[in-house]
Amino acid sequence: MSGHTADKLTYMANQIARNMGHDEAPVASVADHIVAFWTPRMIGMLLAEQGAGLDPIAADAMTRIAAGRIPPPQTRATDPAVHGSDAG
Amino acid sequence: MGYERQADFGTPEVRSDTAVTCFIDGREVTVPAGTTVMRAAALTGGSIPKLCATDNLKQFGSCRLCLVEIDGMRGTPASCTTPVAEGMQVHTQTPKLQKLRKGVMELYISDHPLDCLTCSANNDCELQDQAAAVGLRDVRYGYEGENHLGEKPDISNPYFDFDPSKCIVCSRCVRACDEVQGTLALTIDGRGFESKVSAGLTSDSFLSSECVSCGACVQACPTATLQEKAVKEIGKPERAVVTTCAYCGVGCTFRAEMRGEQVVRMVPWKDGKANRGHSCVKGRFAWGYAQHQERVLSPMIRESIDQPWREVSWEEALSYTAREINRIRDKYGRNALGGIVSSRCTNEEGFLVQKLVRAGFGTNNVDTCARVCHSPTGYGLKTTFGTSAGTQDFDSVEDSDVMLVIGANPTDGHPVFASRMKRRLRQGAKLIVIDPRRTDLVRSPHIEADFHLPLRPGTNVAILTALAHVIVTEGLADEAFIRERCDWDEYQHWAEFVSAERNSPEFLAPVIGVDAEAIRGAARLFATGGNGAIYYGLGVTEHSQGSSTVMAIANLAMVTGNIGRRGVGVNPLRGQNNVQGACDMGSFPHELSGYRHVSDAATRALFESEWGVPIDPEPGLRIPNMLDAATDGEFKAIYIQGEDILQSDPDTKHVAAGLAAMECVIVHDLFLNETANYAHVFLPGSTFLEKNGTFTNAERRIQPVRKVMEPLNGYEDWEVTQELARAVGLDWNYTHPSEIMDEIARLTPTFAGVNYARLDAEGSLQWPVNDTAPDGSPIMHIDGFVRGKGKFVVTDYVPTDERTGPRFPLLLTTGRILSQYNVGAQTRRTANTVWYPEDVLEIHPTDAENRGLKSGDWVKLASRSGETTLRATVTDRVAPGVVYTTFHHPATQANVVTTDYSDWATNCPEYKVTAVQITPSNGPSEWQEDYEAQATRSRRIAGTAMEPAE
Ligand code: SF4
Ligand code: SF4
Ligand code: SF4
Ligand code: FES
Repeated sequence: MSGHTADKLTYMANQIARNMGHDEAPVASVADHIVAFWTPRMIGMLLAEQGAGLDPIAADAMTRIAAGRIPPPQTRATDPAVHGSDAG
Repeated sequence: MGYERQADFGTPEVRSDTAVTCFIDGREVTVPAGTTVMRAAALTGGSIPKLCATDNLKQFGSCRLCLVEIDGMRGTPASCTTPVAEGMQVHTQTPKLQKLRKGVMELYISDHPLDCLTCSANNDCELQDQAAAVGLRDVRYGYEGENHLGEKPDISNPYFDFDPSKCIVCSRCVRACDEVQGTLALTIDGRGFESKVSAGLTSDSFLSSECVSCGACVQACPTATLQEKAVKEIGKPERAVVTTCAYCGVGCTFRAEMRGEQVVRMVPWKDGKANRGHSCVKGRFAWGYAQHQERVLSPMIRESIDQPWREVSWEEALSYTAREINRIRDKYGRNALGGIVSSRCTNEEGFLVQKLVRAGFGTNNVDTCARVCHSPTGYGLKTTFGTSAGTQDFDSVEDSDVMLVIGANPTDGHPVFASRMKRRLRQGAKLIVIDPRRTDLVRSPHIEADFHLPLRPGTNVAILTALAHVIVTEGLADEAFIRERCDWDEYQHWAEFVSAERNSPEFLAPVIGVDAEAIRGAARLFATGGNGAIYYGLGVTEHSQGSSTVMAIANLAMVTGNIGRRGVGVNPLRGQNNVQGACDMGSFPHELSGYRHVSDAATRALFESEWGVPIDPEPGLRIPNMLDAATDGEFKAIYIQGEDILQSDPDTKHVAAGLAAMECVIVHDLFLNETANYAHVFLPGSTFLEKNGTFTNAERRIQPVRKVMEPLNGYEDWEVTQELARAVGLDWNYTHPSEIMDEIARLTPTFAGVNYARLDAEGSLQWPVNDTAPDGSPIMHIDGFVRGKGKFVVTDYVPTDERTGPRFPLLLTTGRILSQYNVGAQTRRTANTVWYPEDVLEIHPTDAENRGLKSGDWVKLASRSGETTLRATVTDRVAPGVVYTTFHHPATQANVVTTDYSDWATNCPEYKVTAVQITPSNGPSEWQEDYEAQATRSRRIAGTAMEPAE
């Protein structure tokens, strides 16, 4: 797993947190935003960093995402058994 | 349709609530008050002879050919300048009139060469028609006297000639340039017999004049004086097909006037609702790339990018591609695959590409180049208003009283709409321009911006918040509108935020680099000046706070009540022809068509039942994420239709590394573009002239694209995608793009009422088209916002992390120019290069002097990402500390220097702010030389002597 990509994802999460800092519930907003736009693999990669380098709002948002992740999406999205044949 | 000239009613349509009934040669006709006798007559099916009048220009009354007799009125008034009156009885054909007209015509003809038979306008000339209409049979004055027959033609423009010997000095060309185009390049010099048309006082030819080659004068000219070169070369057209320009988001419609399989000329379609009969140099003239010798017409494959290309049959190319896709999916999983939808291809083609990726590859890894231009528009307007699109039609500008133009240079980027804005501005509308450069709009003939706020690149949010601060704290907010239409609590939260002292113009002025009083003045003007409309472009979106800026714009429109009627609104000026459409078609990795999130089970169920496959409920990768995943070794194959991401996307080296790390890059395009240097499969594409489909312009207007000639490569692009889908095992059987549109309509509520029969009948439709808006929606949010209550979002100014410093002390911002388009793949392959043969760097005189630079010098442009070289132009159009360039030419590779910073919400790259240094240079950089060598190697084709494409 590339350190470069993980750094980028950390940067992105912090950037989102900085821009949503004035929302009424910033942690929920940031978590929702990330879940809505990031792939499960990207979320998984950032979770694997265990909060390193994250600003408080971003860190709380990731904790919130981790708590709500059932089942881990990267397996769900890539498992052919769940999603049928290759060619469709 | 066979060939007929477009109808000409002589004088423009008049808008009036009062109707007037009159009689033309006994025929009753009812028209809006103010309509001329000439137009009323044309509406009855009659035609009064005319020369100086045409219906897209104000009446002029100079030729005296259109005389009529009116009961109770003395003399013979000119019908083009006489308005109808209730009960008026008009006679258009009497012996007296006939005699007068003949006399007028005789004078014209006596100074006109009588070479009709060999003239290129033979049978397509109004002078000839009118001579016949007035029954002119002989001319009493000979050619012995003084005449203009020996005057030399001006052939300097690459697309049209000016032959003064045929000019009748009707001044239609001069008026077209003034009224329609707004460039004012032409004048009539001299008086009486000496008078003649001239391309400005300071130049001696069209090419060296102010002329921007829009073609309006050529279209207006009733003779062969101003005429397209192609008509001379090919001959008079014999049929015409209405279609839509494939360049920019204005979406001008044209009549492709054909002779056999050859396009003779593209003439703006007067019934086109986006362009109203006008055009720019690109759509009007720059279509020659379609026949360019560098078009690749046979499919090609290679196992690795260091091999030469091998031309193969379609069958072999498709089966090879399908094998590779299957191999990669088996080995790495479905999320190692992805695709890119083109904003230049049709809606139907885009829809099929995302369908192939979702249903065939089994992943949501699909994105579109809107990622790098207007994705923040989608996010910002959806969040605040509920719809990812602009709120108005272009006609709306006719009712605007104040225009706020931010981060857009419509004169160059959206020229036909710019002409319409300028017309309104010349009528007295006020103008605020927020742009680091002094764009043409700031000061052009008869137009001067009331405020030009030349902010530092990267401070859009700061200035918009400062404007909002003034409006709220000075009590200029439209409280009634806000209470009725918006969420009041959210408004109060926002109003409190913007009112804080730290958001005042005085506090922010040093950051923005603009005088606080000017910001206050602009805010007051926008809030109190009547109908306020905001127009914006990529100077808004391509920033680390692109989405915040869009939301700040939406806030500004809501706080001033400027939403939901003509003349107001939030108007993103879309870059490419079908950016709006590509986004609508579900090309983003998190959304299905109509902007519905993939996590929504009901939406997925709809698609799953139509397509018979499960849809992944999780969002896929965006383009930059795909490239990151590729360098991580997890993303392996991509199908790219009609995009050149290597040239158009930021941080070229990273894009190149990502592409190089993939095992199967499939490029589907017209030319071996830069991205194809890293491709394994090349599938030849078709031009807009060779296919059927639809484009959706910046007004949400869905317009037909019609095939005027057979595809040179044998297939329309949607057919190629369909073949690829079949090769990977999908059972697709579309026989015409109309069937794809029917599927889009079944699956997309905003398109429910769209089909080809209706598009043919209406010319175009603006979505949403459904049960609540059966005829479409020119203006949105009329009675309420799509999301319910308008949402004010707090947009805190967060400075970009891209900062100037001792190593990189200047800010680079990028843009485009009129004659070139995007990465230039098309326009560089036309005669448009006479206006812009290379990208240049604009630099302020002070910065140039500090570096010992003058115009024309080679300079090195370096950032922390990379460096390139190009020539400098010293100009005070840019502020000190700011430099500017375009990215039309691959040799420059301006994106070598742009960085990977991007919009926080959408990852739209921050093209508009890069810290750079400029130093004198002797020639190309090492990267440019290496790149050129790699490109040359990569373009080899086995068994041919084909030279590199660039
Ligand atoms: S081509 Fe357009 S800009 Fe040029 S002279 Fe004619 S109307 Fe004016
Ligand atoms: S060039 Fe054509 S339009 Fe212009 S004055 Fe002469 S005849 Fe009229
Ligand atoms: S303004 Fe845009 S759509 Fe219109 S002709 Fe020019 S490039 Fe084409
Ligand atoms: S057409 Fe009316 S005066 Fe020329």
